[in-house]
Amino acid sequence: MIPLEPLTIAPKNLPTLVGALLRRGGRPRFAYAWRNVAERIELRYVASEPGDKGFIVWRCTPDGPVPSVADIRPSLSWYEREMSDLFGVSFAGQPEPQRLVLHPGARPPAPPMSLDYPAGLEMPLEPSARGLPEIANRDVQRLPFGPVRADVVESAEFIFAYVGEHIIHYHPQLFFKHRGMEKRFEGRGLAYGVTLAERVSAVGGFGHALAFCQAVEQAAGCAVPPRALRLRSLLAELERLYNHLHYFGHLCNTTTLKVGEAEGKLLEERAKQINGKLTGSRFLRGLVKPGGLRRDLQPGSWLSESLEALRADVAKYVDRLENSDSHLDRLMTTGVLSARVAQDQGATGPIARASGVDLDLRRDHPYAAYADLPLTVPVKKAGDAHARAQVRMAEIDASFGLMQRILLLLDGGPIAAECNPPPGAEGLGWAESPRGALFYAVHFAADGALARVKIKSPSFSNWRAFPFTVHDSNMMDYAINEASFGLTVAGCDR
Amino acid sequence: MPLWTLYGLLEGRATTRWPSGDGPDGQEGVLGMPRFDASRCDEGCAACAGACPTGAIVVQSEPGERQRLEVDYGRCVVCQLCVEACPTGAASSSFDWALGTTKRSDLVFGRDDAALRGAESPAESRKGFRRSLHIRHVDAGSCNGCESELQALNNPFYNLHRFGVFFTPSPRFADLLLVTGPVTYAMRDPLLRAYEAMPEPRWVMAVGACAISGGVSGDGYACANGLEGILPVDLYLPGCPPNPAALIGAFLMFLGRSPRRSAGGRHGE
Repeated sequence: MIPLEPLTIAPKNLPTLVGALLRRGGRPRFAYAWRNVAERIELRYVASEPGDKGFIVWRCTPDGPVPSVADIRPSLSWYEREMSDLFGVSFAGQPEPQRLVLHPGARPPAPPMSLDYPAGLEMPLEPSARGLPEIANRDVQRLPFGPVRADVVESAEFIFAYVGEHIIHYHPQLFFKHRGMEKRFEGRGLAYGVTLAERVSAVGGFGHALAFCQAVEQAAGCAVPPRALRLRSLLAELERLYNHLHYFGHLCNTTTLKVGEAEGKLLEERAKQINGKLTGSRFLRGLVKPGGLRRDLQPGSWLSESLEALRADVAKYVDRLENSDSHLDRLMTTGVLSARVAQDQGATGPIARASGVDLDLRRDHPYAAYADLPLTVPVKKAGDAHARAQVRMAEIDASFGLMQRILLLLDGGPIAAECNPPPGAEGLGWAESPRGALFYAVHFAADGALARVKIKSPSFSNWRAFPFTVHDSNMMDYAINEASFGLTVAGCDR
Repeated sequence: MPLWTLYGLLEGRATTRWPSGDGPDGQEGVLGMPRFDASRCDEGCAACAGACPTGAIVVQSEPGERQRLEVDYGRCVVCQLCVEACPTGAASSSFDWALGTTKRSDLVFGRDDAALRGAESPAESRKGFRRSLHIRHVDAGSCNGCESELQALNNPFYNLHRFGVFFTPSPRFADLLLVTGPVTYAMRDPLLRAYEAMPEPRWVMAVGACAISGGVSGDGYACANGLEGILPVDLYLPGCPPNPAALIGAFLMFLGRSPRRSAGGRHGE
């Protein structure tokens, strides 16, 4: 593991540095604030340079408003607003200065992640407060939908401004589910941290725990044994499998392909039952730990046989979907995300790859056992709901191949190494979760406990890009378009 | 254009015959709540309590008495860390996934706590709902794990409809309010409004450790400790998350269609 070497910069140079990075073909990934050992608020910007398998980190200590880089790189806007809400950092020239993570009616006596916030106080709230401008034109209808919506779904409020069937503007009011998860890591130990990470976003829980552990391992300079690395890749692909199968069942629900919905959900259930039988958890929890795995897995021949049987049935299912005109008619040309918007707004995972943005952390910044595996990264150009579905279809197929290869390569050996990060250390971990790029930045305090854990979830990125495909579209396509993104709210809200 | 209906029919019956007939419950290998045998504890050892991320385990020692172990399964997140920490094998993993109870105190093992006892709501009071129950689900800030398992209830394997249990879009048609998550500050008001909109008689079910006690995400600047002190709870189902079979079991127990199988933090007794 290469240790992180943050580069100290002056806040005023941020716009120049971000501009130069973009011109070189680099990518700003995320940004966060924390209180460093001197109890001063320090900002971190994490980015990747083209062709570099590691990441670069800039750090700066604000002594006044920090110049916003949201107009140079819009994807960084939400990170700035999050830092403002939770740490009280102010940004000069922020084009969207309203709150993001905190509800418009929240009345915290101090920013909740600052030292001034009273311990144990739940934020007071004026529930009726609204953060949106009024609409003056009488022909424009305003439809607030949520946060409690039909069916078993996660809580979020969607606000449409529309005329007839035509959506003029769409605003997802998220963060009703903000639980303050990052704060909960503070002062805690590693086992607690993994348990928490698994519960940030349950359906991406293995990736969260993996990224957290990899960040800790980088801080400790710990080398994980090969058997553990391979099993981690196996588990990460099992997570992709049940998530992608869930996706198709749900997508068919929105296009009213009822048998397709039932079959998709049944295939997802089979994948979850395989998870349960292999690991004791339908969500692959309780296995990964810093240094390796908590216990060994013995994937007998039943696993490769079950996966092969599932693969054959999934292949038939996907083939039928691709030949169902009524289904395809609803997906093609629906919710087009251009490559430019995907890039600028920081879309990630299958969403970005369906818009021609060829990025995958497994290939570009290998971790676990991916450097030694034959990885294919499917990319489509159309950027519509159909392309998003096709990318996932191809990824399911690639996952089956990867899993069978891992099972062939798997040989004996230890499953964990000692992992003790030194006081004051820091690390960065990442994983290409089913929904895209997931990062954990972890800082340790002088007493060895966790001092700050920042979570960059893929849905945080994709919710930012999603509204661009809804503005100027129509109501009938909305549910299909939303399903085609496959977003989670828990991961975004944290 | 594929003949979906024909393919669906050719697949045959996908739904398990569990729990009334012979058939798998779908939870092979799924680890459940840890079990404790206090007689095997080393005196002075509290390793399990130290490892528990949610404070579900308390080791009480009074001078001159053997130390006492208390486990609140309403806080357990099934992480198995206590089992790994236990040096004597007093704590062990089990396949006993959580069962629903109508009393909070029935989730607590080794302690008789008057504050938790509460009143039992007997199944006879729900006689008219035995064959038809309509549920409004509210996500009050969950991690999406409970939702994932609730959504699974309507897949062909579990096929919840066969029991006459349905999820309903409007609280106006709902008999049971099913709550997941620790109740975030922003979801408290929408949750209470959904409850207010329900006709009587109405019941409340807390699903998962978060809704019962806050779990790993309760408290802090953004969350309450589940439904404690927010809404009266008639049915508790612990777990993190409870699996679909556990959810079905809890509904049937609540409707008086299957016997209550856990009491005093003990299973199947």
